[in-house]
Amino acid sequence: MKLIDWLLSDPTLVYLTIPLVKVAIIFVVLVGSVPVLVLFERKLIGFIQQRPGPNRVGPWGILQTLVDGIKLLLKEDFIPPGAVKPIFILAPLLALVPAMLSVTIIPWGPPIQVTIDGIAHTISLGLADGISVGILFYFAATSIGVYGIVLAGWSSNNKYSLLGGIRSTAQLISYELALSLGLVGVLLLVGSFEINALVDSQAGGFWNWNVVKQPMGFLMFLVAGFGETNRLPFDLPEGESELGAGFHTEYSSMRFAMFFMAEYMNIFTFSAVISTLFLGGFHGPIDPALLGIEVNQWIAAAFGVFWLGGKIIALFFLFVWIRATFPRLRYDQMMNLSWKVFFPLGVVNIMLTAGIVAFAPDQPAVQTGALFVAGIAQIVGLDAIANAAKRRALGHVS
Amino acid sequence: MLADFAKGMLITFRHIFKPRVTVEYPEVKRPQSPIFRGRHILQRYENGLERCVGCALCAAACPPEAIYLEARENDPAAPVSAGERYSEVYQIHLLRCIWCGFCEEACPEDAIVMGPEFELANYSRRAFVLNKNDMLDTADKGFGTPPDLIVNFPL
Repeated sequence: MKLIDWLLSDPTLVYLTIPLVKVAIIFVVLVGSVPVLVLFERKLIGFIQQRPGPNRVGPWGILQTLVDGIKLLLKEDFIPPGAVKPIFILAPLLALVPAMLSVTIIPWGPPIQVTIDGIAHTISLGLADGISVGILFYFAATSIGVYGIVLAGWSSNNKYSLLGGIRSTAQLISYELALSLGLVGVLLLVGSFEINALVDSQAGGFWNWNVVKQPMGFLMFLVAGFGETNRLPFDLPEGESELGAGFHTEYSSMRFAMFFMAEYMNIFTFSAVISTLFLGGFHGPIDPALLGIEVNQWIAAAFGVFWLGGKIIALFFLFVWIRATFPRLRYDQMMNLSWKVFFPLGVVNIMLTAGIVAFAPDQPAVQTGALFVAGIAQIVGLDAIANAAKRRALGHVS
Repeated sequence: MLADFAKGMLITFRHIFKPRVTVEYPEVKRPQSPIFRGRHILQRYENGLERCVGCALCAAACPPEAIYLEARENDPAAPVSAGERYSEVYQIHLLRCIWCGFCEEACPEDAIVMGPEFELANYSRRAFVLNKNDMLDTADKGFGTPPDLIVNFPL
């Protein structure tokens, strides 16, 4: 308490205190979310496979991931004799730190006005949500995360690890392309990289969300996100069935736990980013102002956290659901999907979006309708092409 | 194609609400077959005499040679078994045993049978070498009384 009193005592120190408190909260929420997400995943996968999931440690197994974490901490930290030691040690950090960094751009609610010692402060509910590069920071941070994976694979002195690392570079380059192309449509509509501008453009109600204006972009961004976070059906860098455990085969103890945490943090961040870009961010499905309800800033902030948190949980459910449903893609299939399907479709989507924005610049309703129809038409076209390809493939067999 | 994806995802979603098939093992145990081959039991007659007469046919039949026994002559005044001889040492090495049940089949006296016990975990390898006392059953498990020829065999 003395520390907080001291930090609030000087008006200039307040400018330091506010970000520090935000850093602490976001760090705790992010690190604390990992065991919860892991347990949620294991339970849900269990239910889908008609198993009870972890249920031994604590009621409903809620302490399972905690105990697993303690086990990992106590295990021997082994470095293989042929490993390149400095890089072997650095690699998990290179995976974990960008995963932590990228969540800072997410705004969790509308800004709050507070007056401390007669000075008005506007506190935004995000750490770096005001930076001008905005969404590009997310791409930059996740791209650095690839170094962690590829260096881990290379420094392990294990051919399977190396294959996993090499796969991850090619995969992430390919899927970052699809990710960016999915995003460009949104950027064309909003005309800004700034996260706050992207979120504000979706205020009002779910009909303003970018998923309505950019169905194809959303689909591409979502699928590419599975590739970007190395989740099934795109978890080729791990590829248990062919590569042991892929890039982290040689890792044990806390270093393995760091990769594990990085993976779940990446999913958390990706869910938050796609919510922010396409699903209205912290805005609810209907703006309370439209229903004639006045909410004060604190309730608005609480609702912001509620809606964004709910969207993240729903998307994580989708992640687990898809993991339980689809098998891992073959490497060439995955590359084909990115370069031969998403790349042309992304270009078509950008051209359609740009055309609609250019021809109906001042009619939001017409623009939304045209974009929705164009997006659905693209998805139907993609479906038709895929069906034709499927028939052709089956025709060769039968 | 997208319809196929939706169909697959619907199937997995429906499975969330289906009953769990897991048997929660330490609390719930699945019913065993009556001919389940678990840990060996050395049986006795109702009067307390051991059925094993130390013939070592089980040891001869055992494919991994997991059975070791030493036979002794019975003291007529205080017999241990119902026959001429009895097994003084009877050991089964459970880590070698392959649970084939040939010993059970070879035994002319129905002395060695394979029981229902299957929870055999232990902390030392030494504990897996079972001695006679580990396997001897206190009561007869219903193989009837021994034939008169065996009980009243002229010594």
